[in-house]
Amino acid sequence: MINYLQNNSDAVLTALRQHIWLALLPVVLGFLIALPIGYLGVRFPWLYHPLVNVAGVLYSIPSLALFVFLPVVLGTKILSPLNIVVALTIYTVALLARTVADGLRSVDHLITESATAMGYRRFRRLIDVELPVALPVILAGLRVATVSNISLVSVGALIGVGGLGQLFTRGFQLFYLEPILVGVILSVLLAGVADLIIVIIQRAVTPWTRFQGGRA
Amino acid sequence: MNLDYLFDAAHWEFGTSGSIPQLLLSHLWYVVLALAIGTVIALPIGLYIGHTGRGSFIAINAGNAGRSLPTLGLLMLMVTLLGLGLLPVLIALTVLVIPPILTSAYAGLRSLDQRVVDAARGVGMRPWQVLTRVELPMALPVLMSGFRSAALQVVATATVAAAVGLGGLGRLLIDGLAVNDYSRVLAGAIVVAVLAVLLDLVLAFAQRWIVSPGLRVSR
Repeated sequence: MINYLQNNSDAVLTALRQHIWLALLPVVLGFLIALPIGYLGVRFPWLYHPLVNVAGVLYSIPSLALFVFLPVVLGTKILSPLNIVVALTIYTVALLARTVADGLRSVDHLITESATAMGYRRFRRLIDVELPVALPVILAGLRVATVSNISLVSVGALIGVGGLGQLFTRGFQLFYLEPILVGVILSVLLAGVADLIIVIIQRAVTPWTRFQGGRA
Repeated sequence: MNLDYLFDAAHWEFGTSGSIPQLLLSHLWYVVLALAIGTVIALPIGLYIGHTGRGSFIAINAGNAGRSLPTLGLLMLMVTLLGLGLLPVLIALTVLVIPPILTSAYAGLRSLDQRVVDAARGVGMRPWQVLTRVELPMALPVLMSGFRSAALQVVATATVAAAVGLGGLGRLLIDGLAVNDYSRVLAGAIVVAVLAVLLDLVLAFAQRWIVSPGLRVSR
């Protein structure tokens, strides 16, 4: 395995770099899209159940089908990384819209009422009070989305763009264990590091959670 | 983009190999086997950790560790090691099933009101009776939601079996892609999504049936 890494370090690094941005760009985009959608699910309660159901159905579409299918819908080339980014963004939104809604719904009414009594208008109250209080729940969802995105990117290798997944297909075609092993290990490590970074961010931005005996 | 492939009666003839019903059956077979094996492995461990409180570190981290393993890589690794067949597919899918079931079994037991468990002990139940007659029935709603999310994931992921030359609904995706037949790809995607929704409905009914009516009021 060490030999394989030494001889193919360029290819492995390129794959790793592609893997990182293919997985993380959708997390950022999906998060930004899911925030307003999740908020709508709370602001208009009748929207909550349709939202949860649509998200569930979106999540059950196999990633491979979405990767193959998006070029037809978007008019992109089949080998374009854009397909992967859009597909993973859809999954991220499906996962996070519900988490954002659940997080905002979990905010104690007493807190929102006190904020209103102090003169907060709806929008400022959302940004300054409700969102920070809901942050632990939302960030927990973000961890799940990030980790599952990192593992899903590799499926893209079946259509030619898949970061570390290309090491899987290459190894599989040559019946050669090393690239597959390197790919799996790097993918798991990458997920672990990304997860750790979010945990550290969470501890930094929600210091109050540590004083209530709650798990950070 | 069209639905020709899906609505062509010739693709629904049961006897033909590679027809939609046959692929559906082999797909379901992978799903059911993986769920069964995964439950047999994960449920006792999750219940043990939840009941005794020992090793909770494993239960909490199993979820994230399982999600981070790329199934396609694991599958190709297993095929390279063990050769082609049902076994590598089952290993890869079972690894996917174990974390949600283990974590939800643990979380289900931990979320119970400890006074109920104490009361069960107080009326003279043995540890085994406390587990099977009190803790397990009361933890069922949480446990079933973990099982349902495991089922959803496996239905969608079992499509990768086709990437290493096996059957299942992934065949429609892989073969459709290989010959640029998007109508076939669309058929595969739709059948998988419908299967996932139906399976979830069946499990939702099963949940209503096996969860004690006394627990429904609070939820």
